[in-house]
Amino acid sequence: MKAAVIVFPGSNCDRDMARAFAQAGLEVEMVWHKDTALPAGVDIVGVPGGFSFGDYLRCGAIAANAPICAEVKAHADRGGYVLGVCNGFQVLTETGLLPGALLRNAGLKYICRTIGLRTEAADSVYTQGYGAGTEIALPIAHHDGNYFADDATLDALEGEGRVAFRYTDNPNGSARDIAGIVSANKRVLGMMPHPERASEAAHGNEDGARLFAHLTSALATA
Amino acid sequence: MKVRVHVMLKQGVLDPQGEAVRHALGALGFDGVSGVRQGKVIELELADGTSDETITEMCEKLLANTVIESYRFETI
Repeated sequence: MKAAVIVFPGSNCDRDMARAFAQAGLEVEMVWHKDTALPAGVDIVGVPGGFSFGDYLRCGAIAANAPICAEVKAHADRGGYVLGVCNGFQVLTETGLLPGALLRNAGLKYICRTIGLRTEAADSVYTQGYGAGTEIALPIAHHDGNYFADDATLDALEGEGRVAFRYTDNPNGSARDIAGIVSANKRVLGMMPHPERASEAAHGNEDGARLFAHLTSALATA
Repeated sequence: MKVRVHVMLKQGVLDPQGEAVRHALGALGFDGVSGVRQGKVIELELADGTSDETITEMCEKLLANTVIESYRFETI
């Protein structure tokens, strides 16, 4: 099973994400944003955190129009898996693969700390490993993580069981405490918290490892 | 030709930066500032004769995120 991690100028969690995928048993290839094809046989594409293109214009806006993103969209349209974390989540909303947008944090401050999350949407490969209603802790590090969508979109997300993670104590003003959502086919996940930064003993928290471990076993049986 | 694009958060989308500016104006003693919304102005230098359709496409594809932002443009 193979993962590809996209690298934009300004990505800074790309190697962390690659390591988390590799630790879970996936073969990993890094893919430069100017590339026009994903490596053959890729099962999951990781869109990492960071400050792609310096967050110029809007977070993720320029990255979403990078050549490789057309391929990421095509991969998702074929039913492929995509995991976007932090800036990666922003990129996925900008590409339209996930609905809504990430606004400036309601408190205007960049927030870097570990927060509590409750898992939902237990039928996605990303959350199955936790089960629904499990409380976990993951780090966040963002300035623009305030999830916004109109009420109709939010109702649809809830109705379709597409809220993957909710904050237990909303740090950034996100609508309905949403920290992560999945696509209609539940194969594309975007989330602001960083599971890859809490995935080995040295991190002092391994709550994120379960996401990668379960994802890998689900891909193996798919 | 020069075109100026104005990008604003849509009504109903919370603008925390605008709110912070509103508070700061109040702190400076300016009473009666009941609302501040902060947006962006983008000036484009374009080939003469660039159509409104093309500029609209630029706005929709990149300059504005129409999920949260509205835009308008004018030739200057």
